[in-house]
Amino acid sequence: MTFMVPAVNVADLKETTLLNMGIFALFVAITMIIVIKASKNNKTAADYYAAGRSFTGSQNGTAIAGDYLSAASFLGITGAIAINGYDGFMYSIGFLVAWLVALLLVAELLRNTGKFTMADVLSFRLKQRPVRIAAAISTLVVCFFYLLAQMAGAGTLISLLLGISDWGGQALVIVVVGALMIMYVLIGGMKGTTWVQIIKAVLLIAGAAVMTFWVLAIYGFNLSDLLGGAVETSGNPNILNPGLQYGKSEVSKIDFMSLGLALVLGTAALPHVLMRFYTVPTAKEARKSVVWSIWLIGLFYLFTLVLGFGAAALVGADTIKGAPGGVNSAAPLLAFHLGGPLLLGFISAVAFATILAVVAGLTITAAASFAHDIYASVIAKGKADAATEVKVARRTVVVIGLLAIVGGIFANGQNVAFLVALAFAVAASANLPTIVYSLYWRKFTTQGAIWSMYGGLGSAIILIALSPVVSGAKTSMIPGANFAIFPLSNPGIVSIPLAFLLGWLGSVLDKRLEDTTKQAEMEVRSLTGVGAEKATDH
Amino acid sequence: MGHEAQETDATAAVDFKEVQSTPRFQELRKRHRSFVFPMAIAFLLWYFAYVLLADYAVGFMSIKVWGNINVGLIMGLAQFVTTFAITGWYVSYSNRKLDPIAAEIRHEIEGHEFDKHGNQISGVEK
Repeated sequence: MTFMVPAVNVADLKETTLLNMGIFALFVAITMIIVIKASKNNKTAADYYAAGRSFTGSQNGTAIAGDYLSAASFLGITGAIAINGYDGFMYSIGFLVAWLVALLLVAELLRNTGKFTMADVLSFRLKQRPVRIAAAISTLVVCFFYLLAQMAGAGTLISLLLGISDWGGQALVIVVVGALMIMYVLIGGMKGTTWVQIIKAVLLIAGAAVMTFWVLAIYGFNLSDLLGGAVETSGNPNILNPGLQYGKSEVSKIDFMSLGLALVLGTAALPHVLMRFYTVPTAKEARKSVVWSIWLIGLFYLFTLVLGFGAAALVGADTIKGAPGGVNSAAPLLAFHLGGPLLLGFISAVAFATILAVVAGLTITAAASFAHDIYASVIAKGKADAATEVKVARRTVVVIGLLAIVGGIFANGQNVAFLVALAFAVAASANLPTIVYSLYWRKFTTQGAIWSMYGGLGSAIILIALSPVVSGAKTSMIPGANFAIFPLSNPGIVSIPLAFLLGWLGSVLDKRLEDTTKQAEMEVRSLTGVGAEKATDH
Repeated sequence: MGHEAQETDATAAVDFKEVQSTPRFQELRKRHRSFVFPMAIAFLLWYFAYVLLADYAVGFMSIKVWGNINVGLIMGLAQFVTTFAITGWYVSYSNRKLDPIAAEIRHEIEGHEFDKHGNQISGVEK
């Protein structure tokens, strides 16, 4: 099968800048109106943090897909497949399979036990203050890592889509994205944020579906021919086989296992995903949300398989690598190749919306955790009324938004998928062992929780700091220095088992016994839903 | 948040230890764990088997089965299929085996009936 591959001229892209901006402005205008309308009923803390628990399972499932399918998923995975072939595909498998952990072990029991934050569940039957503080700290750290990745992605994306290549211009756009996000979250709370995510998920999946159909149509709906096209353009038959990226050495193979572990165990420990389970009225709806999101996310990753190999076949790896934005530009370049400026404009706007929505979701999670876990429970010692708590949460939103803007400007240019994978590793190490132990292990104690959370968080961060991600390689954050004594770029394979071990050890060695009445209450509540908060009526 | 306070009061008098020791609750706990634990172990093993094959059995994964479609791609797509299948299986298991007992215990404790959205319908007896 011979195919003329018309060269995608990157210089042409700048002419579509106005169109891109126009479509993005339209998205912002429409969602802002919806957010303002949705915010009319924001009265209580349950309204602000948990959208009055009024969303249905399918709505929440779509919003979860919106939260989860970040710029890393769309731009990062499509690009990874286009350049590294099969190895890119393995990212999406890890991201999808991970949802079974959330579905089987976490979602429903969490919904039945907590109110607003992850810390509600973890501190339920243990000592409130120390556990709550530890859970809040790890929530803030994971959210901040994830935020940095998204904001860094915004900068990279802009250099391609809006033709702004100077540092100052990109910084300005990061400021605009941050400011918009602060407005969404301040005005809309969880309800507004959820609606932005639902709209964005629908646009993203629809856009990807159109492009997938288009690519398949070019190859007569024959997947084998599409793969053949990718081999032909790249001139490398190994693009269809595993190992192109991770098969280089023994260390890179172990690194891939470490990444796989972090991906599959990280999802069910991401605070912004966990918090979404509180926006539905019952555990049954929480289950429906996960089922719905598994279908949407699975479908989307199947699309990215076609898009990635489509970009490899129709655009070509060299053009992608040479474009501003590098690997992340595969999906936009493919859109331009297929549908010209209009489709590129649409896909670009969707990519922006993606970053905006994910950043908003992370911000409200971090703000809720600070206001609910640190301010209300620790600083005000449970005496703060709900109105003050929401006021603190809103102020925190502004602070986190500003931090994200500053962090994003400095992280600009870093690899997006990488930073996200690190956030997964930190979440899996710091949170997952304590979540699983406190839901399923009767003898788990406060000391076990503290050891596991701080041990997991600390070891993950220290190993990242000592890894080639930070120093010692050409692609490091500090390329000049070399203190990379840990060879793997993902810490999961060490820090996750360590955190599980510490949780067990801390509990076994703990001389103080926990309150068995509380344990009974937590177990009965988590499995039956007795006394779980219902939807608020308006 | 008066709504919330009421609910806390409604379950404040419940002896959860007693509920925990009832055969009905033990049955619910057993049914839940006997499904989710083996299933979680099974899919994690299958996922890591796949990762190890992709890592260390590149030759096997590269065998072409049909046109350009190789074993690796088929196994990758099989991960999608098993994920969807386990999801469906768990939902049907929960609907049949878990939800009825959970609702029964909840009903006994709270003395309320629930509508399909999980809202309490106060005063309606079963």
